[in-house]
Amino acid sequence: MPLLEIKDVTRRFGDLVAVDGVSLAIEAGEFFTLLGPSGCGKTTLLRMIAGFDEPDHGALFLDGRPLAGIPPENRPVHTVFQSYALFPHMTVAGNIAFPLEMAGKPREEIARRVAETLALVHLEEKGEAYPHELSGGQKQRVALARGLVNRPRLLLLDEPLGALDAKLREEMQVELINLQRDVGVTFVFVTHAQQEALALSHRIAVMNRGRVEQLDTPERLYTAPASRFVADFIGKINLVEVEVTGNAHGHAGLRSPALGDLAAEPGNGTQPGERGVLALRPELVRVAARGETVDLRNQFPGTVKELLYLGDVTLYKVQLEAGPVIEALLANAAPGRAKLFKAGDAVTVAWRHDAGVFLRG
Amino acid sequence: MDERREALEAGSRWKRWLVAGPPTAFLLAFFLVPAIIVVVASFREPGEFGGLVPLAAGAAAFSAEAYRFVLGDIVYAEIFAASFAVAAVTTVACVALAYPLAWLIARSPRRRRDLLVLLVILPFASNFLVRIYAWIMLLGPANLLYTPFAVIAGMVYVHLPFMVLPLYTNLEKHDPALLEAAQDLGAGAWTRFWRVTFPLSLPGIWSGSALVFIPVLGMFAVPELLGGTGDVLIGNLIKEQFLDNRDWPLGSALSIGLTLAVLALAGLAAALSRRGLKGTGAVS
Repeated sequence: MPLLEIKDVTRRFGDLVAVDGVSLAIEAGEFFTLLGPSGCGKTTLLRMIAGFDEPDHGALFLDGRPLAGIPPENRPVHTVFQSYALFPHMTVAGNIAFPLEMAGKPREEIARRVAETLALVHLEEKGEAYPHELSGGQKQRVALARGLVNRPRLLLLDEPLGALDAKLREEMQVELINLQRDVGVTFVFVTHAQQEALALSHRIAVMNRGRVEQLDTPERLYTAPASRFVADFIGKINLVEVEVTGNAHGHAGLRSPALGDLAAEPGNGTQPGERGVLALRPELVRVAARGETVDLRNQFPGTVKELLYLGDVTLYKVQLEAGPVIEALLANAAPGRAKLFKAGDAVTVAWRHDAGVFLRG
Repeated sequence: MDERREALEAGSRWKRWLVAGPPTAFLLAFFLVPAIIVVVASFREPGEFGGLVPLAAGAAAFSAEAYRFVLGDIVYAEIFAASFAVAAVTTVACVALAYPLAWLIARSPRRRRDLLVLLVILPFASNFLVRIYAWIMLLGPANLLYTPFAVIAGMVYVHLPFMVLPLYTNLEKHDPALLEAAQDLGAGAWTRFWRVTFPLSLPGIWSGSALVFIPVLGMFAVPELLGGTGDVLIGNLIKEQFLDNRDWPLGSALSIGLTLAVLALAGLAAALSRRGLKGTGAVS
């Protein structure tokens, strides 16, 4: 039995359908992420799990028991709020003790568990400090400690890293992974940052317009996106308009109006005549100097139009002679050379036949 | 370069004085000087028809007679105690009545709040004495006129807005996420109020209390119009010395006694709140 089961849940606000027939199951011990752009319904779904909102249709079950009608204070579900929502008039220790006091734990147990949890988030020295005396990262840790101290069945995290700067965010990501593994509490994490979701999660539900577009592991989402939306939302990707022509020589035949015939992996049950896009990750695209021999079926001449030097990698935008612009991401791994090409260079763009994914629609 | 900076600083100093000058002059003329006159008057002897005995008439330049008189008669201590009691009861009643009102205003839709605040201060638009006379008509038929209750009711009525406004200003700033967090962590409605809303609203209660308690101590019109013969407060006593008994030194000495008592109380409250409410300053 899954820990949390969401069955056909719909929530409307007036004419807006915020959550539209969502069904999913979250297993105990999972680090589960709801990923999507703002307005996709992920926060509404989170609030229904916490109990601050109720579905118009459908139901939620925790450990097989329906959650309907149970107010937030009686659900074994705690939330780490985006703004942390630490109580400003209580010390760090007072904040962390709060859920234990609400649960009516004895005084000695509260003291012991507050101390343990402070150690867990590396804030042993800060127990007597007030929230306004803490840095952003420390506040974040207190919010986590407060959410975890009474060992909820589920910990909901509502964009908890959104307010941190990039370097601190990366550190906190590593800490979150370790923390979740150490305490074994099931995490439901809400974010719009796809890299964060990929780095942290066991499984991700990508949401768009109130629906789950794809529910999969980070690796599958990245390498085998099920829809154009998922492909485009997660990471960078080239989309080439194509039509399926047929299967030949173990390859799917695709015809692009601009690029002509392309070789691709046989799609799952693609039929000749179907239209869609070939989705191609930039890091799978090869760029070679014009004249260099490239032993790949799909290759097209072009000119480097723009490039974005990112230190470890460079993103090249290559204007193909046939029309489309293809993005290629190349590691700057050659010793002594920071960049492989410069704007205006004549190059050949190529990719393996199995590098791209055909997406309908 | 340095000269130019000096010239600039001299210029800004000049501008600072231009801004700070008029209010400073006003306070010197109409607050500090009268206060000094009161202090001086309290150490002089009363004139025959009011005012003070002219120095030229051969009276002593300094006399502690007024203070000796105040401290020598237990009646004055009793009136001080009664006045502080009325002020305390009024303040507590104002907190009890203003809190739900301020909370409701803070919780109503943003557009309606301004209207509700306007309604709270609307009574100020009509004359204070007229409103007190209205209370006479209300309390008379109920046989409550000229009683301590009438005095308290009048005091609460007059001062309620001074409690509502600072409380509303405080409650309006509370982050609703804090109450959600408390609920999420297992707190029911009652606990959420006493553990989150109430402690965070203490700064508002303190400033409202100061705005009610201190004016009530000095108020003489309400007890005079609504109270009975036993409801004389310090304010009435001081007024009587100046307007009826023509004993300016005694009135001044009573005024100074009142001021010192209020300052002592404020100092005590500040010391207590510093010790007991560390941390709330972050949100006040």
